Amino acid sequence: MLDFVQKFITKVIGDLFMKKKHVKLGLYGPPNGGKTTLANRVCQDWLGQDMGTVSPIPHETREIQVKEQINIKSGKKELSFNLVDTPGIATKIDYEDFVKKGMKTKDAKKRAKEATKGVIDAIKWLDDMDVVLVVLDATKDPYTQVNITIIGNLVARDIPVLIVANKVDLRKADVKKIEAAFPQYDVLGVSAKFGKNIDKLYEALFVLAG
Amino acid sequence: MKKKTSKGSKMALTLQFVPYNEIEDLSSLGRIKKLLKMAKENKIVLLEGRLKKEEEAELIKTTMEEIDDEFKGIELGVIYPGKGDGDLMKKLKANLANVLLGDRVGLTIIGPASIVKEIKKDPDKIQLLMKTEPRRR
Repeated sequence: MLDFVQKFITKVIGDLFMKKKHVKLGLYGPPNGGKTTLANRVCQDWLGQDMGTVSPIPHETREIQVKEQINIKSGKKELSFNLVDTPGIATKIDYEDFVKKGMKTKDAKKRAKEATKGVIDAIKWLDDMDVVLVVLDATKDPYTQVNITIIGNLVARDIPVLIVANKVDLRKADVKKIEAAFPQYDVLGVSAKFGKNIDKLYEALFVLAG
Repeated sequence: MKKKTSKGSKMALTLQFVPYNEIEDLSSLGRIKKLLKMAKENKIVLLEGRLKKEEEAELIKTTMEEIDDEFKGIELGVIYPGKGDGDLMKKLKANLANVLLGDRVGLTIIGPASIVKEIKKDPDKIQLLMKTEPRRR
C-alpha cells in the first residue's frame, strides 16, 4: 500500500513538473540494417558528434557502444537516455564472406571472431534495456527467424519495442511488408542516412519511454 | 550427413527428426547442446514443436561460441500455426492447439550454415535454400 502511494505521488509530481525521464535505449537488429547509421543520426542531432563507424561489410560494429546522457526535447517534454548500439545479431558468421568482400584472410578471421563475441554480448545486454528500437533494412525480407527471435525475446522481457524500417530512401524499400510481417507492433519507416521521418522517431520515443 | 557418392556429383543429406518428447525433459542448455550437436554433424534437424524464445536466443549465443574455421553457424526456421491470417475459426483452433499442446505445436528446422544457405518462410510454409557445390570441368 505504501509502495503504491509512493509511486502515485512520484507520478503526479513527475507529470506536474514534466519530469525528465532517463532510460536505456537499445538499437537491435540483424547486421547491416543501419543501427549505427541511426545512432550517428541521433548523436549528430543532439550531441553534434558521431557514435561509430559504418561500413557496407557486415559486422562493422562488433562491440557494444554506449553514448550516455542524450537529451531530446519536444515542446515541454524532455527525455534523457543512454543510447546503446549493439552488434548485429546473426546465426552464422563465415570469415570467407569477409574475404569475398576483399579482406585478407587473417583480418577476416579476426573480424569473424570479434563478430561472434559481439553477437553474444548483444544478447546478454537484452536484459538491461528499457526500450528497444529494432532496426530492419526495409529492402530485405523481414520474415527471418533472427528478427522474430529478437522481437520475441523483447516481448518475453516486457521491453517496449518499436520496429524501425530503415533505408526508405531506397527504391526497393517496402515498409508495408514489414508491417505485414509484424502486425502487432508499431512500424516506422525512416531513412537514418538522410534523416527522413527522424522527427517522428523522436516523437515515438516519448510515447515508448512514457 | 552430407556425403559425396562415388560419382562425385550427387550429395546425400541427412534429415534428423527429433520428436518433442526427446527434449521435453531436458534443461534448456541440454536441449540446445543436443540440437547443436546434430547440426555440427551436418544433419538438418527437424524438431517437432519449438523452443522457447529465450532458448532460441540461447541457441544463437551457444552457436556463436562454437563457431570456428569448420563450423560456420546455423540457419534456423520455426513455423507454427496461429500467427497467420485466416478466418476466426481457424485462429480459434490454432489458439486452442497452442493452449493444449504448448511448445509441441509447430516445427523447428536447424541446418548447418555450411549446407543450408537460407531458410525462407511464410507463416505456414518453409523453403530451404541449399548451398550448391562448385561445378568441376
